[in-house]
Amino acid sequence: MFADYSTTELMSIFAMQGFAGLSLFSVFVLMAMGLAIIFGQMGVINMAHGEFMILGAYTTYLTANLFENYLPGLFAGYFFVAMLLAFLFSAALGAFVEWAMVRHLYRRPLDTLLATWGLSLIMQQAYRSIFGAREVGVELPQWMMGAFQVTDLVQIPINGLFVMIIALSIALAVYLLMFRSGWGRKVRAVVQNRPMAEAVGINTAGVDRATFALGCGIAGVAGSAFTMIGSTGPSSGQAYIVDTFLVVVFGGAQSLIGTIVSAFTISQSQSTMEFFLSGSMAKVLTLLTVVIILMLRPEGLMALKVRR
Amino acid sequence: MKNSSPVKWLVSREGLYYLALAVLLVLVLPALLDSFRLNMVGKYLTYAFVAVGLVMCWGKAGILSLGQGVFFGLGGYCMAMFLKLEASTPEATAQQSTPGIPDFMDWNQVTELPWFWEPFHSFSFTLLAVIAVPMILAFIIGVAMFKRRVGGVYFAIITQAIASILTILIIGQQGYTGGVNGITDLQTLLGWNIRTDEAKTTLYFVCVAMLFLCLFVARYVQNSKFGRILVAMRDQENRVRFSGYDVASFKVFIFCLAAAFAGIGGALFTLQVGFMSPSFVGIVPSIEMVVFCALGGRYSLLGGVYGALLVNAAKSGFSESFPELWPYAMGALFIGVVLAFPNGLAGLYQRYVMPLEDRLFKRGKSGDAGNDDAALSGSLGAEKSS
Repeated sequence: MFADYSTTELMSIFAMQGFAGLSLFSVFVLMAMGLAIIFGQMGVINMAHGEFMILGAYTTYLTANLFENYLPGLFAGYFFVAMLLAFLFSAALGAFVEWAMVRHLYRRPLDTLLATWGLSLIMQQAYRSIFGAREVGVELPQWMMGAFQVTDLVQIPINGLFVMIIALSIALAVYLLMFRSGWGRKVRAVVQNRPMAEAVGINTAGVDRATFALGCGIAGVAGSAFTMIGSTGPSSGQAYIVDTFLVVVFGGAQSLIGTIVSAFTISQSQSTMEFFLSGSMAKVLTLLTVVIILMLRPEGLMALKVRR
Repeated sequence: MKNSSPVKWLVSREGLYYLALAVLLVLVLPALLDSFRLNMVGKYLTYAFVAVGLVMCWGKAGILSLGQGVFFGLGGYCMAMFLKLEASTPEATAQQSTPGIPDFMDWNQVTELPWFWEPFHSFSFTLLAVIAVPMILAFIIGVAMFKRRVGGVYFAIITQAIASILTILIIGQQGYTGGVNGITDLQTLLGWNIRTDEAKTTLYFVCVAMLFLCLFVARYVQNSKFGRILVAMRDQENRVRFSGYDVASFKVFIFCLAAAFAGIGGALFTLQVGFMSPSFVGIVPSIEMVVFCALGGRYSLLGGVYGALLVNAAKSGFSESFPELWPYAMGALFIGVVLAFPNGLAGLYQRYVMPLEDRLFKRGKSGDAGNDDAALSGSLGAEKSS
């Protein structure tokens, strides 16, 4: 498949597709972060994760409209308000869902999967009733439009760059929270040995709820960022959910670095292959490779070494 | 004990439940419904095959597969390929640029029948493939996963990914698979027109017969020593392993069995509906199949059948009158069945109706009652699944 191209051509193809892959990478990182926290911490699969993300996207959409109509002067900065609101709404809903549903099911992870799937159906239909089945897009502020011209062939759109920066700063924030804060230490203690953590006085139920809310909140921010590069429909979240699960599992469920590495690998290989093959075949090959690697190495790329 | 004689079994409590289902499917529904509705029930029943497979796989052995649509679809596609080839005789497709190949291939500039379509000229090969293709795939997945002790949530996600892969593949390879429309316009089976009302009614009865065959196979497996090991494995996998059993092989077997059931269901679906498309393969239909089984009761074979019938009937009913409410109902069903009654309808039946039956027939103290309970809904005592 490489025979028809010269080396320089190949290099620039890889560079171009690499940039395209980076925007997919940002989406994966944003979605996978929240999922990895929830899955790694509690072993809970949240099938409604995509819908929490869409909640963030719709929050952003509403905020944008609100600013446009009532505070046009501050429109340039609406996005930061929207992101905060998206985080708060999603986290609040996440905490409620944890309290009403998920906490009853910690001993039955497969049942959580089904229950959250039911939740995702309900949320999707609710979006459809409220916002309509059509996809909505947000108005970007002036400074986010346009692109940097790197070379005459390669240009980077500013909104894509912005999303990437958000993705990386969230990853950094999560890292700091998990590995440099007291709360993170508690979370890690619960992940590694729940009964022992409980025995030394950590409120594990509280940690669970906060973790679930945090994961959902990050999904909300992801959705908010997502509106910058694409439009939002009621079922947009579902389109990414399986890929994101694979990213998380492939990276090793409890490792944040692993999640980032696997998001990078999967998005880059997919976008590079997309140039040479059709889009669907590229996706099939990527997913298939991931599934086969997971069969050979079920613990993922970077497994947390824990004695159980 | 059990199986002492078929007649004796038939008048036992469990036998009567099977008899009731048979009466319902063979006598009551055909008498009450017109042929259009009966055909729809036949369609729902094909999902019951998947549900029965899931009861064995998920309920008994604790392996949740979210990719049963893959096996259903493979079975269905095998049958559809045979029917499509039969419909695409050189005479019938004379106006195509390449006569003798299915119409969608011609539309996609495919000029030659792909190699994997060739064997489907033979009906006996097709019948074999309907069961063998899903089983082989299940075997490969099962061996790869279970030998490495991958289970639970990971297994569920990977089967889901496989469902996603197969859907993308079918849609992407339009020239070979018919793409998103699927394989449509299927008319005859060995010269027999399957679109007439009589043919549909006949196929319905074939479907019921096959379902009972599968139910008896499943019941046989469940009541054998093997079935006991499965339940033990679900509840205490390591203990079974340390007792010297090869846990992985048992899992592979039961996963293959479930896949075969799903494949048979898929083939019967194609026959009764007259087409097959990727919309029965992907993630959403696959996970819906799990809820058929969950609603009926994940430990009960008959529950699976009733679950498939009820959910699908409700789906059609809702979609006809309130299409926008159905996703809410379905979502609530998922949540409710998991949170409020994890043992499904069979569990409710056992809890509330069975004591009434006992009082009515004064057989509460007879020796075989407890035995039959276990047969109907497995060990409900072991409520923790997964």
